[in-house]
Amino acid sequence: MKTLVWVEHDGSAVKDATLAAVTAASKLGEVHLLVAGEGVDGVARAASEIAGVGKVHVADNAAFAYNLPENVAPLVAELMASHDAFVAPATTTGKNIAPRVAALLDVMQISDILSVEGPKSFTRPIYAGNAIATVESSDAKLVLTVRGTAFEKAATSGGSGVVEAVSAGGDAGISSFVGAEIAKSERPELTSAKVIVSGGRALGSSEKYEEVIVPLADKLGAALGASRAAVDAGYVPNDYQVGQTGKIVAPEVYFAIGISGAIQHLAGMKDSKTIVAINKDEDAPIFQVADLGLVADLFSAVPELTAKI
Amino acid sequence: MKILVPVKRVLDYNVKPRVKADGTGVDLANVKMSMNPFDEIAVEEAIRLKEKGVATEIVAVSVGPAKAQETLRTALAMGADRAILVQTDDEVEPLAIAKILKAIADAETPGLVILGKQAIDGDNNQTGQMLAALTGWAQGTFASAVQVEGDHVNVTREVDGGLETVKLKLPAIVTTDLRLNEPRYASLPNIMKAKSKPLDTKTPADYGVDTSPRVKTLRVSEPPVRSAGVKVADVDELVAKLKAMGVHS
Ligand SMILES: Cc1cc2nc3c(=O)[nH]c(=O)nc-3n(C[C@H](O)[C@H](O)[C@H](O)COP(=O)(O)OP(=O)(O)OC[C@H]3O[C@@H](n4cnc5c(N)ncnc54)[C@H](O)[C@@H]3O)c2cc1C
Repeated sequence: MKTLVWVEHDGSAVKDATLAAVTAASKLGEVHLLVAGEGVDGVARAASEIAGVGKVHVADNAAFAYNLPENVAPLVAELMASHDAFVAPATTTGKNIAPRVAALLDVMQISDILSVEGPKSFTRPIYAGNAIATVESSDAKLVLTVRGTAFEKAATSGGSGVVEAVSAGGDAGISSFVGAEIAKSERPELTSAKVIVSGGRALGSSEKYEEVIVPLADKLGAALGASRAAVDAGYVPNDYQVGQTGKIVAPEVYFAIGISGAIQHLAGMKDSKTIVAINKDEDAPIFQVADLGLVADLFSAVPELTAKI
Repeated sequence: MKILVPVKRVLDYNVKPRVKADGTGVDLANVKMSMNPFDEIAVEEAIRLKEKGVATEIVAVSVGPAKAQETLRTALAMGADRAILVQTDDEVEPLAIAKILKAIADAETPGLVILGKQAIDGDNNQTGQMLAALTGWAQGTFASAVQVEGDHVNVTREVDGGLETVKLKLPAIVTTDLRLNEPRYASLPNIMKAKSKPLDTKTPADYGVDTSPRVKTLRVSEPPVRSAGVKVADVDELVAKLKAMGVHS
């Protein structure tokens, strides 16, 4: 089977989520990559060095600069004439593009796969991860998105992919990019961090989040996360949200501070290796999944923890 | 401008899903069902656009069993003008739903279709994007702001790195994220009024769509359970345990 993996990148580097998708694709067969964007020579070169990669298709065109699905999906659909499976990371970009490709190919997509069980069968979470479905496709081709935390990352070196320019596709003329507010941060990315410190509604304000959560994260070199309630209340930006409908994370250590442990939040972090919960309510559901629980007022416990750790 | 709002009846988000003992799915017998939360946000957004004078009519659509009528009545009570139930007892996949919606879009010629970004049962996150492919329209997924300007709509999207805004030619597809708005509750008088709003019943065959599944569910199982660990007495004990695990500054 020949797979085509969507390379998620920021214009200069390949993003980690791609590497998990490559591992998933390699379980199906030959791995080809697609690098789409403008001025992506460097990304293409880096992509060709990913272990196990065959061809690297490079579509360098201003129309692909912002991953607009109206422009990118027809390009992918065209390349799929010579591939059997399209595999994208289950990131906001992958989720935006893959279903559009699937419908163009008249294929039912399988979202967010956790494992490859056979040439056409996979497991995937449903109901916020409260159930795991094993499913089998009967379509001629496959369109998959891959949960990043469920697969090892492919090595970024050792490969010798052959870079090949693709001239297909262009601007569909129905959409354009206006602008973005992307926070630049020195911190590790939430989805690849080893330690995450997350705060919930209990913080009460962005000032308190800054004052209580951030110093602990700084001390541990951790990424910052939050519950939906904390994001909705404006304590932190939307990209901090962990959960069913936010980011899926699985760090070595996850601190849930002032977070009750709603199923939608658990869906995003319950595969963390160690979960530490600090909550003043000893019956909070978060304690049912926490390896280390501390029943305490976070406003005194967290500063003390930050000082002593 | 007309707005089409597809809505789905799902297990209420407050109910903990239970896997059936025979491994065929999640138990939906005698549990509370509600409108998918993201679809409520979609209905609300359509109503706000109507209140602003941007939209003139809101048509709610549901593909599902006879009981999905209740979900449509909720949409009508919130403020939709009329509803279409495409009735079927089959479990219909996103691709087939998108095909049905494409046929309805052809007939209704809406300026916008606003959908939830995902249904909280299947967690597929596909239908809006698929409908966009089938109609050839632009898509603004995971929306946290929607601004219609002339023949375009600007959609601010929640993406992994933060926010991004795209400009789409109308007609277009929008899928909602959590922070687009806070849906209203239907008032009692509006619930009463909704009972007399028009609700058409159709079948997938009326739209020439074959709903036989492409993906077969072989089995559904419980996820690995995580058991509770220990409670520590104080911060000192927590620090000691963390240090023993190699977690320190
Ligand atoms: C469709 C849908 C999707 C959703 N998606 C997500 C998602 O992706 N991610 C997500 O997180 N949620 C999601 N939610 C929301 C989820 O249901 C919960 O509402 C949310 O997770 C609650 O956030 P919280 O734990 O911060 O707040 P709360 O549930 O209010 O919990 C606050 C906790 O803080 C504790 N506390 C209060 N004061 C103190 C103190 N001084 N010291 C210590 N502890 C204190 C309380 O005991 C309580 O346990 C979703 C909901 C819906 C309907």
